[in-house]
Amino acid sequence: MSDVRVAAPDVPERRRGTSPGRRGRRRWTPYLLLVPVLLVLAAALGYPLFRQAVMSFQEYGLAQQFGQPPRWIGLQNYRELVTDSYLWVVVARSIAFCLANAAVTMVVGTALAVLMTVIGRGPRLVLQIGLLLAWAMPHLASLTVWQWLFDSQYGVVNWVLVRLGLEGFAGHSWLIDQLSFFVVATIVVVWMSVPFVAFAVYAGLTQVPGELYEAAQIDGSTAWQRFRAVTVPLVRPVLLIVGLLQIIWDLKVFTQIFVLQDAGGITGDTNLIGTYIYRLGLGEGRFGLAAAASWFVLLITVALSLYYVRVLVREEDL
Amino acid sequence: MSTPTTVEERTDMPGRPAAPGAGRRPVRPRRRRRRGYDLLALVLAAVWTFPVYWMINSSFLPINRIRGETPTFVPVGGTLSAYARVFDSDFLSTLRISLAVTLLTVGAALLFAFLAALALSRFRFRGRKSFVLAVLIVQMIPAEGLFISQFKLLEGWQLLNSVAGLSLLYVAAVVPFTIWMLRGFVNGVPRELEEAALVDGCSPAQAFFRITLPLLAPGLVASGVYAFLQAWNEFTLALVIMTRPEQMTLPLWLRTFTEANRASDWAGIMAGSVLIAVPVMIFFLFVQHRMTSGLVSGAVKG
Repeated sequence: MSDVRVAAPDVPERRRGTSPGRRGRRRWTPYLLLVPVLLVLAAALGYPLFRQAVMSFQEYGLAQQFGQPPRWIGLQNYRELVTDSYLWVVVARSIAFCLANAAVTMVVGTALAVLMTVIGRGPRLVLQIGLLLAWAMPHLASLTVWQWLFDSQYGVVNWVLVRLGLEGFAGHSWLIDQLSFFVVATIVVVWMSVPFVAFAVYAGLTQVPGELYEAAQIDGSTAWQRFRAVTVPLVRPVLLIVGLLQIIWDLKVFTQIFVLQDAGGITGDTNLIGTYIYRLGLGEGRFGLAAAASWFVLLITVALSLYYVRVLVREEDL
Repeated sequence: MSTPTTVEERTDMPGRPAAPGAGRRPVRPRRRRRRGYDLLALVLAAVWTFPVYWMINSSFLPINRIRGETPTFVPVGGTLSAYARVFDSDFLSTLRISLAVTLLTVGAALLFAFLAALALSRFRFRGRKSFVLAVLIVQMIPAEGLFISQFKLLEGWQLLNSVAGLSLLYVAAVVPFTIWMLRGFVNGVPRELEEAALVDGCSPAQAFFRITLPLLAPGLVASGVYAFLQAWNEFTLALVIMTRPEQMTLPLWLRTFTEANRASDWAGIMAGSVLIAVPVMIFFLFVQHRMTSGLVSGAVKG
């Protein structure tokens, strides 16, 4: 965790690099190096993305899937989507879910990272191993375990709650009710995502030079002041990038919702963007509509994270 | 797990008796407070580990105990019969498919991402910044919308239900973030080292293989682990592409196994989860610290 990567000679490096033609042959090298990646991305993402754009202007359903030529219908798919109030419900729900999860994950993860810096070596190792196990657990495996933990009849969560005197939880099924469905989903998502945040922020924290704290301490600052004035500004880049990734990932959350829905959630009440598009397309066979919906969602995601991306571009020497 | 760092040393200092400058009075309450934090950390560790423990615990229980009035917290007198049931299903053939897809993905993604990272970090060229931005934005594409076109694409190339087809999609899915990570590592290898080797008479190829590549090994390991985990754990694309039962990957297998046995065989389901999860966890414990520093070095970059 402590391998601090010091890319100190960055500035002179750039100056050196921008002298074009100093080695004429080298001008083409970077493009050649990018060719394999670009080919893969073009084939597996670019072309489908393009096809999806085309499809979003067509009437493309099951009949077309089986060979009938698709009909051009202009913006009708988009019109149908935008006027469908259910889409807006799903979008609002997804944004709320995403922001809530990203916020909780960031707060808990950062708190754990700070905690790691103030505890002894032994407890830190135990905590890190615990987080690692949660992190490394395959999603499907952990989702299955969480279903079992929240099982209405034999689940250990209900058992504990009943033991604590909450008799109402005997045989309570968590996934039927919309709110408690999302409580379970949030617990699962936060449990899975906190380790990454905690480790990333901790790695950032360990790079803050100790002298800064000592100086601040001598100046008579409180622990909270030191955290605000010394720690936060120095780990800000890490917090930014990790926060951005959380927002991207939480808006795209699919597997967790999909599996929990299958385990007993009511689909209409619990769809988020991902499951909504999936069920629209592969479920109902309305591919054109689903394609329009995913373009729409991409735009929302970019809009949501635009602020972050701009800050990153400005602050970071990308 | 982690080698000592500046922060650790700093926080250890107040407890150290030999620190001459430290006043005597603040030491005691602070030590007590630290003990409180230690305790808190252990509790949190227990919270995070509990589901993992519960999975392992349940996998050893016979059916009558798993459905007891009170949960069994320690698998004393447990049984391996759940594991026998798992191996009786088509677990092993599924494992083979999963391994093939994962290894192919890791190999291709590492190679391609490494070349790209080299370009981004060692050269300044037109379009460089837009490429880095594109790498970020590509990750925002809602994958569920692409499934149909990706399905059609592979169908057209006769690659449905094939390891190669699924791997191609996986490589595209992991390669952006792999580039992002590797870029940080390549930035961390000072150019001067390479140049010194060139001055000393190495050929560019020699300089690369003797100097740069060894220094990059930790970064390659870290990014490889990332790709490995993604491919090993991925569920949704596999659901769409691998429609034939004999071509299932492990997450798909676990789901069908769960559905077939829901509410009747939680022990078997947990045993299946253990078999998928534990090897990865052990592997991960060893290489994790390289990964996190890689994730961050992309952002902090020294």
